Amino acid sequence: MGRKLLLEKAHVPGIRSYEVYRREGGYRSVEKALKTMSPDQVTEEVKKSGLRGRGGAGFPAGMKWSFLAKPEGVPRYLVCNADESEPGTFKDRYLMEFIPHLLVEGLIVSSYALGSNKTFIYIRGEYAWIVDILEQAIAEAKNNGFLGKNILGTGFDLEIYVQRGAGAYICGEETALLESLEGKRGNPRIKPPFPAVKGLWDSPTVVNNVETIAAVVPIINITGEEYAKIGVGKSTGTKLISACGNINKPGVYEIDMTISVEEFIYSDEYCGGIAHGKKLKACIPGGSSVPILPANMLLKTAKGENRMMNYESLSDGGFATGTMMGSGGFIVLDEDQCVVRHTLTLARFYRHESCGQCSPCREGTGWMEKILKNIEYGKGKKSDIDLLWDIQRKIEGNTICPLGDAAAWPVAAAIRHFRDEFEWHVQYPNAAQNRNYGLAHYADPLPVASAPKA
Amino acid sequence: MAQFSAEKLNKVNEIIARYPAGKQKSALIPVLHIAQEEFGGWLSSETMDYVASLLNIEPIEVYEVATFYSMYNLKPVGKYVFEVCQTGPCMLNGSDDIIEYIKSKLGIKVGETTADGLFTLKTVECLGACGYAPMMQLGKHYREHLTKEKIDAIITECERNAVTNN
Repeated sequence: MGRKLLLEKAHVPGIRSYEVYRREGGYRSVEKALKTMSPDQVTEEVKKSGLRGRGGAGFPAGMKWSFLAKPEGVPRYLVCNADESEPGTFKDRYLMEFIPHLLVEGLIVSSYALGSNKTFIYIRGEYAWIVDILEQAIAEAKNNGFLGKNILGTGFDLEIYVQRGAGAYICGEETALLESLEGKRGNPRIKPPFPAVKGLWDSPTVVNNVETIAAVVPIINITGEEYAKIGVGKSTGTKLISACGNINKPGVYEIDMTISVEEFIYSDEYCGGIAHGKKLKACIPGGSSVPILPANMLLKTAKGENRMMNYESLSDGGFATGTMMGSGGFIVLDEDQCVVRHTLTLARFYRHESCGQCSPCREGTGWMEKILKNIEYGKGKKSDIDLLWDIQRKIEGNTICPLGDAAAWPVAAAIRHFRDEFEWHVQYPNAAQNRNYGLAHYADPLPVASAPKA
Repeated sequence: MAQFSAEKLNKVNEIIARYPAGKQKSALIPVLHIAQEEFGGWLSSETMDYVASLLNIEPIEVYEVATFYSMYNLKPVGKYVFEVCQTGPCMLNGSDDIIEYIKSKLGIKVGETTADGLFTLKTVECLGACGYAPMMQLGKHYREHLTKEKIDAIITECERNAVTNN
């Protein structure tokens, strides 16, 4: 049983209410930070903890905080990114829905460290009912002196506001989020300047993911040094993984990043194995943008070592044989799933969500969807596979924001690892309409072409 | 021309008060949500012009936002809008079948509204309920682990509510 720092109390009855949350030790980190530490000391603890941004990029959170410009007389803002929209990812929703005070507590401590007196939670518009849960928690915290003017008599003032988006994946990109918060289309900004210098309303701003902010609570409670001892290497602390797809126990799990991918999938403590007694075909371990891996590359690295559920091990081998931790959206495909069709749904997603600002992404995502649709529906040509490869290569790295890369990588990885499944679709379009390619050699370390040919 | 009630206007002013002076445009997305709820589930150009006047911004600033975000309806919709997720994780768990079932049950295509004005079917991209797939949004809430039986029950529930509310 791994150590739990975020969800340990998530199932205590009534934990959504202030009374129960407080009785269970909630808001201790606010008392400790505001009464016994300076803002810089809080930042220092976060740095020592090695906490990496939990939204997907994995950038060290303490370092991000230390970049915040602090000119005299200019307000600074903390914005919490709750625009969780990466397919496969539903961890922030879980945290906000079941233990909302943990986020509020983390925001108070983080706002104190950064000098933000007005902090915004930007939440995806579809999570409409969670807005009520958060606003209730904020009101309770305020009634108990943890928000508002002169918090705990320390002279620190803070208001937290929840603002809904209205349906746009791109608003999870931090500068698009700021544009949206300012009442505009979610078009990412050209950087520099970075938000740390010029963010919300041109003021210095830090944007952090929900889980990152929540992790500040245990860091202050147990110290950054202790937090850094959990996990392995540069994967410190615990990580929320939202598991979905063809598994027995979909849900949100808190792991300490020392367990193997195999254990995560097959242990009853986590995913409980593949649903309906089927076999594992492929997995996207970090949200739809990260490379899909066939089973035979997923469980072991190219060096033959067990692949572990942490940043380094998941990316071991680069994109040739590895993938990424990403947002922790763990999507599992069983032996009866079609990689072409699954990739098509992702390509459609990115086409729908491209903001349209950069032509490689705006046009490229549309092309990729169209070509994949042709292949999936029996109208593909062999040259289409190379064309897809060419398009994704021309999107990657050529756009203002990482949505372009996020759209390119799933297509690239599907072709890289499942090229024969694409070729089978093109070669046997009629058969491909009636059944799936199956497991083929993907579960097996030896490339045995055991798939149906006609 | 419909206008907000005094209560809703208070809400709008409360939102604007969160921002620094002169940054009232920041309230646009929340105010459009309120407008869509208040004025029949969609945003007409009159509604958008009204919102522009409330926030003291140009109408085009409202149009460009309203057309960008997928939650705003720019034409009338049914009383109950089924927004069914079709992205990867939901597809792996049978969302294609669910969408087909709703189409045949309601006799409409994706994007259409039933003749009685009760139901609209939309397909949407990932709503962050991947572990509880297949799913759809209905109003403020999610309906998860969908099956054909659940769809039947939801339709019956909506029909009953529509009668009660009239």
